Amino acid sequence: MTDVTFRVFRGAGTQGGFEEYTVQLSEGMVVLDAVLDIQASQAGDLAVRWNCKAGKCGSCSAEVNGKPRLMCMTRMNTLPLDQPVTIEPMRSFPLIKDLVTDVKRNFEINKRVRPFKPKPRQADGTHRMMQYDIDRIQEFHKCIECFLCQDVCHVMRDHQKPDFIGPRFLIRLAALVMHPLDTENRLTELKDAFGIGYCNITKCCTEVCPENIKITDNAIIPLKERVAGNFYDPLAWLWRKARGKRPDTRPGTE
Amino acid sequence: MNHETIEHDVIIIGAGGAGLRAAIEASGKGASVGVVCKSLLGKAHTAMAEGGMAAALTTADPRDNWEMHFRDTIRGGKMLNNWRMVKIFTQEAPDRVNELEEWGALFDRTDDGRILQRNFGGHQYARLAHVGDRTGLEMLRTLQNHGIHQGIEVYMECTVVDLLMDGGKAAGAFAYWRDSGTFVQFRAKAVVLATGGLGKCYTITSNSWECTGDGQALAYRAGAELIDMEFVQFHPTGMVWPPSVRGLLVTEGVRGEGGVLRDKDGKRFMFDYIPEMFAGEYAETEEEAKRWRPGVPEGPDARRPPDLLTRDVVARAIRAEVRAGRGSPHGGAYLDIASQASEAQIKKKLPGMYHQFMQLASLDITKEYMEVGPTSHYVMGGVRVDPETCSTSVPGLFAAGEVAGGLHGANRLGGNSLTDLMVFGRRAGAGAAEYAGALSAMPGVNPDQVRDIERLALAPFEESGTENPYEVMQDLQKMMEHDSGIVRAKEELADGLGKLRTLKERSVKVRVEGNRQYNPGWHYALDLHNLIMVSEAITLSALHRDESRGGHTREDFPESSPELEKVNTVVRNRDGEMAWEHVTREPLPGDLQELLSHPHLEEPN
Repeated sequence: MTDVTFRVFRGAGTQGGFEEYTVQLSEGMVVLDAVLDIQASQAGDLAVRWNCKAGKCGSCSAEVNGKPRLMCMTRMNTLPLDQPVTIEPMRSFPLIKDLVTDVKRNFEINKRVRPFKPKPRQADGTHRMMQYDIDRIQEFHKCIECFLCQDVCHVMRDHQKPDFIGPRFLIRLAALVMHPLDTENRLTELKDAFGIGYCNITKCCTEVCPENIKITDNAIIPLKERVAGNFYDPLAWLWRKARGKRPDTRPGTE
Repeated sequence: MNHETIEHDVIIIGAGGAGLRAAIEASGKGASVGVVCKSLLGKAHTAMAEGGMAAALTTADPRDNWEMHFRDTIRGGKMLNNWRMVKIFTQEAPDRVNELEEWGALFDRTDDGRILQRNFGGHQYARLAHVGDRTGLEMLRTLQNHGIHQGIEVYMECTVVDLLMDGGKAAGAFAYWRDSGTFVQFRAKAVVLATGGLGKCYTITSNSWECTGDGQALAYRAGAELIDMEFVQFHPTGMVWPPSVRGLLVTEGVRGEGGVLRDKDGKRFMFDYIPEMFAGEYAETEEEAKRWRPGVPEGPDARRPPDLLTRDVVARAIRAEVRAGRGSPHGGAYLDIASQASEAQIKKKLPGMYHQFMQLASLDITKEYMEVGPTSHYVMGGVRVDPETCSTSVPGLFAAGEVAGGLHGANRLGGNSLTDLMVFGRRAGAGAAEYAGALSAMPGVNPDQVRDIERLALAPFEESGTENPYEVMQDLQKMMEHDSGIVRAKEELADGLGKLRTLKERSVKVRVEGNRQYNPGWHYALDLHNLIMVSEAITLSALHRDESRGGHTREDFPESSPELEKVNTVVRNRDGEMAWEHVTREPLPGDLQELLSHPHLEEPN
């Protein structure tokens, strides 16, 4: 079997650099296998975050040859092996150690999203929802919170926009806004507190999503349209004026 | 030494389905609640659950009711279940499903917009509320997003080393932060264990690195009893190829959606393995099985296919086929959904499986057979608890979910685990909050105990150690796979106990490199103590059950014993040694007994 060279980032806080390790390739191998192999036999203290090793938990996010990927779903036979394979931590998050970053920021953002508030049940005690009405939300619920979209998003990566909640939470908002049972209006905070306007739909998030969620097309653009319709549509503005109604600006808890 | 100290009324260890549900309940009852978890929030093993959540909702089949769910669960558990737990469980299950929906979960729907239910092994009717093949993720995310607004504190990437005790009572937990390696003590009036399983005792497992039997071991060391530890579930369908993914779960939902098992020549072999207990309830010929359709209530002329027998039966059947030389090229059986459902159906109902095989095995399940074989998946046994409150024999200590034992008997039905997390997570949270509310003062901390825990935890950094923790763990896994695995015998089990003594000695001599900051070698070194302890409980319990039943198969005792049907194995710490005994189970009351048509089983193995 072939030997492959890995350049793995080692370091903590703001310090660190690449170290090389050689691993023997085996059939079906994924990048995470190689990292765990290095850990078990060459560097017992190599820090890496992982859980399911099946693409279902979204823990082992890293940048492989410069691309944000799940290490457990990156097959070695999809990489060029005549050169070293480079593994680095996600760059948008502060480094803890080696391949592990501090992603707590995402958990803080999530707390800013107001909870789901359903309509009352029907007389027979059920909630009725048609499958075709929830298909699109089930797509968003596939999100495994790997935060690769947050990592790659240039608004989060290159511009300091502390309000902007990022693609992960825009799809969470889309799932709530489109939920047939949710009774909250979430458009005001999307426009103001969550900064949806910062997204200029470059679709980088969609490209890296390991669950193949069409983040931009199916979540962000429809949300932008709703925000625009509610706040910036001149016809709707006239209509509301004539009816004596204000735009929907019920406040959130922000 | 002074450590960071955090106080709560209730500390919950584990943030999977059971832990989060317990936290929500305890917080709702006014307790101050802290959840301590080894990983990030939302990454717990619950996220891996695929097939669904069993409850007699009757949306897919109006003939279902809690009594039928009760009957199926006890028969699936080969009569060893604690019937009081099963009764509570089956009666409360529908409310727990509806509650998740109320918190935002989106289950797949029936044509009239209600919650759709799917077929699963051992369930008489279509009973599993599900979301494609990612039901666990939906449950976990729903609990997470609901839970963060309930005033619960979550302490992520924090591993508990031991429980703090005040006399014989639980007083909190001693832990380390994974990122910094520094210690923290959680003081609490009540502690809920919701730590999940122990699959990492075995080489081939569907479980993640986290499943190291922590809660079972913490409870044991605190003086609690463990029950039914010999019963480990080997899920019949794990991936077998390529080696990188060996053991990875292939959901039972594949068979629920019509998938069938075949030998190397394409023959459907499950017709040859219908146990006497289930005779007459499953299709007996391929021709009859073909008339059965998932989602359509079966009639007398189209009974369910035997591919949907309980997991213990299917796992043994696959193993027998492989041993007889009829297995697939890499030592498994073929699982075929390609010829049983359209490409569109497969992609809609099993998108995760499609993706998993495509990406990890370069195999298109809409066109080709999968190769599958048994993988260690779940432990039926666990901490012995009170059915109503989930309290253990240690005051102030509660347990719920996979870490607890009793509900599933000798074999768990698919779909019963997710429901277990919700039903008993809720009860444990309520039990702990009530117990904490009745205590006037915070229990004390014993500084000697803290010093001892700390010394043991830091031992791997001492120069004198010689063992590599990764190697000790691999040797343990190999031993368990060989001596205490899917098929067992007296000699090997006794031999295994001997090897465990050696492994225990090696585990205190491990040496890790580097410092305390996010150091997986050190983490493994500490996990080892728990793995070895639960391995001993499994092996010791297995050695003394001279019969085959459910997840416990003995080559030297292939039949089930009517005498042993009446007892459960309990292990506990007696003066530093693990002691076992068989305790007689409270018999089923007459009205519940009538639900089960066979008095005891004689199942060929």
